[in-house]
Amino acid sequence: MTNKITDSQARKFPTGDSGGKTLFDKIWDAHVVSIIENGPTQLYIDRHFCHEVTSPQAFNGLRTRGLKVYRPDKTTMTADHNTPTINQELPVKDPISKNQLDQFAKNAAEFGMPIFYPLGHEKNGVVHIIGPENGFTQPGMTIVCGDSHTSTHGAFGTIAFGIGTSEVEMVLATQCILQSRPKTMRITFDGNLNNGVTSKDLALYMISKLTTGGATGYFVEYAGEAVRNMTMEQRMTVCNLSIEMGARGGLIAPDETTFNYVKGREFAPKGEEWEEKLAFWKTLKSDDDAVFDMELTFDASEIQPMITYGTNPGMGMGIHESIPTLDEIDEAGRISFQKSLEYMGFEPGEKLLGKPIDYVFLGSCTNGRIEDFRLFTNYVKGRKKADNVTAWLVPGSWKVRQQIEAEGLDKILEEAGFALRQPGCSACLAMNDDKVPAGKYAVSTSNRNFEGRQGPGARTILAGPLVAAAAAVNGKITMP
Amino acid sequence: MNYQNNSENKDKSAQTPPSGGWGAGSLISTVVPLPIENVDTDQIIPARFLKATDKNGFGDNLFADWRYNKDGSPKTDFVLNNPVYSGEILVAGKNFGSGSSREHAAWAIAGYGFKVVVSSFFADIFKNNALNNGILPVVVSSEFLAEIFASVNENPKTTLTVDLVNQTISNNTSGKSETFEINAYKKDCLLNGFDDIDYLLSKKDLIEKWEKKKPNP
Ligand code: SF4
Repeated sequence: MTNKITDSQARKFPTGDSGGKTLFDKIWDAHVVSIIENGPTQLYIDRHFCHEVTSPQAFNGLRTRGLKVYRPDKTTMTADHNTPTINQELPVKDPISKNQLDQFAKNAAEFGMPIFYPLGHEKNGVVHIIGPENGFTQPGMTIVCGDSHTSTHGAFGTIAFGIGTSEVEMVLATQCILQSRPKTMRITFDGNLNNGVTSKDLALYMISKLTTGGATGYFVEYAGEAVRNMTMEQRMTVCNLSIEMGARGGLIAPDETTFNYVKGREFAPKGEEWEEKLAFWKTLKSDDDAVFDMELTFDASEIQPMITYGTNPGMGMGIHESIPTLDEIDEAGRISFQKSLEYMGFEPGEKLLGKPIDYVFLGSCTNGRIEDFRLFTNYVKGRKKADNVTAWLVPGSWKVRQQIEAEGLDKILEEAGFALRQPGCSACLAMNDDKVPAGKYAVSTSNRNFEGRQGPGARTILAGPLVAAAAAVNGKITMP
Repeated sequence: MNYQNNSENKDKSAQTPPSGGWGAGSLISTVVPLPIENVDTDQIIPARFLKATDKNGFGDNLFADWRYNKDGSPKTDFVLNNPVYSGEILVAGKNFGSGSSREHAAWAIAGYGFKVVVSSFFADIFKNNALNNGILPVVVSSEFLAEIFASVNENPKTTLTVDLVNQTISNNTSGKSETFEINAYKKDCLLNGFDDIDYLLSKKDLIEKWEKKKPNP
């Protein structure tokens, strides 16, 4: 939005023909069923994730056409978007939400879907958390879901992207989808992240440089020392946010970190099959002479803890920095920029350090995994939640919540004045009761600060789990 | 084209929101201008309206938070509530439809009665969702977009002609026109009312063949 990529940050190469293949090319080519002349490609889908909000119309479509689900075992169903995060054992109060959840269960039963995790199920949770957690997500796969943050699964070296409901219907009916082949981009992070800087900060930094449309039309591969040194959970956070710069998806070549994560999970290959798959997964990387349609390089050591000040994820800055002034914004963007700051109650040129806040949300498919809870807990340990702050700590899944309890983090959080909720998307999209009231400021570890995303009139400041923890105990934007 | 349409059940009226109309191949209409950049799908249809299990009724909540006050009364300063502007073409600032993959955004736009959205840049998933619902996303240059906004500002009765067959869009006030891109397959789908599922169902044998000799373990 405000920061253009300068030459020192970006190196552009023209598209060219070369013998080498990118990781994206290798996975894509292996899944092509047919190519329509002057049209899209028919791609086979290995894993389909499905949730209650974007699937009912797809199942209705199948009914109307008199079709069955073609490969029911290749779809994983979990209820997450529109579920309460307290009292899940009680009937859902909102009748329209209840109807949607009932319809989801009815569809699962009627179409004979064997992998179905309804509310309260031990494997229930946010779709992009339970996929990797249970071993559904494996290198080299094609993965889709009616949710734009499907890009999360790219962390395992998969082609994973969000789709619309018509496309959900296509996958249910045929296990295939029609897609135009995106262009490829590689973003390399040289150097390493400084202490106290998280992979969320890295992603928000990157999006602030590229803007929300900067990677539209591209599939991005992340590379470089900083990425190689990340855990799987950190990689998932980066890939998750690919969509926020418009990318079709993001992926990272699998390595020992990946294999160690996948090994032993319920749906991961076992025994001989594991060995066979592992040998194949080790081939999954971009060739040395592969040419990308665009290449960008950033220095990871330059990245500071980040926050957003506006109403799209590209409007981000270092926590110490000031919001841009009007003359730093190009003319066509000024109406939107001013509208955005008006909504947020901020002034051009203002610094946000020290700004009082009202809510803190730790959770979502971006930062709702165990490592995020460890970071947050570690910071608040021995401190107290600020009285002016309402904090929603929402684990991404029941398994994450169990792990939190097994490690005793819940006790530390409790002593610091925090309570854990039950898993779900929660305030990430505020379809349930977890809505930030109009005009209130929320520091959120989720992925979108759009107007009204966390409730009508809610003002969202996106940040990583450490900045969120610092805001929760200090009651204002603070350097963690 | 090397595809065929062999879906058994062509009656989708119960499923499909009002859309299409591309049988004639072109459209002349006044426009609704929305000169805002980065209009995301949470603005097009806020999440709290996504609880429905069918595709109908979303048009009433198109741009709900910009369009209505808290008590449900219309906000008079929003363009959809301004009787001066109307038509089947929505013209929006660059990067329209970013954010969520919710197809509800396309259902809301179609449900309201738009058949075309014009912008200088669209988010990928939105573009697919629009096409899958008979809405034509037309990409124009930023200069042409600015010119359309200027014409409409001066004369709200300005019409655009969108010719899908010849892939041109014209500003009938200034006389300027541009060509736009659409792949031949999608163009045929729009003109003939086919959809992707019809195509994929016709390729079942290829799918089974692919499954039998998967290239990777
Ligand atoms: S947590 Fe948010 S972004 Fe992730 S799947 Fe749920 S609603 Fe989508």
